[in-house]
Amino acid sequence: MEQLNTRHLLGIKNLSTEDIQLIFETADSFKEVLNRPIKKVPSLRDITIANVFFENSTRTKLSFELAEKRLSADVINFASSSSSVKKGETLIDTVNNILAMKVDMVVMRHGSAGAPHFLSRHIKANIINAGDGTHEHPTQALLDAYSIREKTGSVAGKKVAIIGDILHSRVALSNIFCLQKLGAEVMVCGPITLLPKFIGALGVKVEHDVGKALRWCDVANVLRIQLERQQIKYFPSLREYSLYFGVNKKLLEQLDKEIIIMHPGPINRGVEINSDVADSEHSIILQQVENGVAIRMAVLYLLAGIKL
Amino acid sequence: MQKRLVLDQAQLSITISRFCHQLIENHDDFANTVLLGLQPRGSLVVDRIISRMLEIQNVNLQFGYLDATFHRDDFRRRDLPLRVNETKIDFLIENKKVVLVDDVLYKGRSVRAAMDAMIAFGRPQKVELMVLIDRKFTRDFPIKPDYHGRQVNTLESEYVMVEWRNQGFPADAIWITEKESK
Repeated sequence: MEQLNTRHLLGIKNLSTEDIQLIFETADSFKEVLNRPIKKVPSLRDITIANVFFENSTRTKLSFELAEKRLSADVINFASSSSSVKKGETLIDTVNNILAMKVDMVVMRHGSAGAPHFLSRHIKANIINAGDGTHEHPTQALLDAYSIREKTGSVAGKKVAIIGDILHSRVALSNIFCLQKLGAEVMVCGPITLLPKFIGALGVKVEHDVGKALRWCDVANVLRIQLERQQIKYFPSLREYSLYFGVNKKLLEQLDKEIIIMHPGPINRGVEINSDVADSEHSIILQQVENGVAIRMAVLYLLAGIKL
Repeated sequence: MQKRLVLDQAQLSITISRFCHQLIENHDDFANTVLLGLQPRGSLVVDRIISRMLEIQNVNLQFGYLDATFHRDDFRRRDLPLRVNETKIDFLIENKKVVLVDDVLYKGRSVRAAMDAMIAFGRPQKVELMVLIDRKFTRDFPIKPDYHGRQVNTLESEYVMVEWRNQGFPADAIWITEKESK
């Protein structure tokens, strides 16, 4: 197969395993491109991409923008904080206005789950979901799984523990879908208040003891406490959270094996993960960032590669 | 299936040996020369040249594989995008003499893309083109090989098929067939 089965990347849920493998194989080639003296290819030179971010983002936005520029696309950036959205414009009006400027692809982050799905039904351009509310963040899950594949050779058969604020995390849901499609076993671990009620229905193991989760897994993906999405108190204090659910060197030293530590960023150092773990040789956090550009290049390239 | 033989195993072997001797003539001790095989099929030709060169003169030529998929001019214009192959070049080509190697030269578009892709690895001093088969009168670009195995007259409806034993074929051979039967 040389082509994705979808025109939009809205979530991992509607990708097939073959789609994910194709994205990984294409990303392998882009990783090689990123290590050349001239890190740029002309594939998307006739394409204009709008990065439409209704929510704050640092690394995802930078990573997408870099990927687009490495593919020679023309890039326009939109941030809702400095736009007419503040004047009451609707989502579809905002995007249609951007599309009137002959934009071919839209990379969108939005605070509401399903916003990119809604757009994909109403506009012609390819849509890439860069995070919708607490729903999905497909490129993050792809780069996480790709980083596991790169480090260990294969995702199939691996035990991956996702630790932290699962309730508010779009990364967790996309990761669960992606890892399961690739044949990994998934466990979620966190305080009972930060785990969705019926998460077990997705076929994941549920654990509340970080020590047990770390003993079980080959890979620990530690997620950020999303304080900005928490309207009520889900745990007494950050100090207490860190004490019971933070991943630190002491916990890792108690294991009789070496595990891989991941974090999608941004890190709350000293809360969900300690610096002595985040900066240790077990951590592949910076490789995740590097792989993010290659994965996003692959997604953009494959979605654009449909005959005009 | 209608097909006619262009080069059989013995002839192909002679052609590979001739390529080696021509390279030796033109590139002295190969101190400043690199071979780049165009992925996917030019790389197989490079492999043959490298192993024959070792037999003839015990020369260790620097070589790599170049994939030009991202530089093609038919992206978004084909029914199906091309599958990307590995690029494996562990050196820079800055000020080097580069010999691009492919199996069949047809429209010249792959070679154009390859020259574009190659520049990402530096500014070469000189670029030469080596092909096993040169399909005459079919070029879309002003591209001409410096070394060719055999020049052939072909129709648009025909396809040149290069078979290698290590790819599972019974013998090394080059055929011309109708496109439908490839």
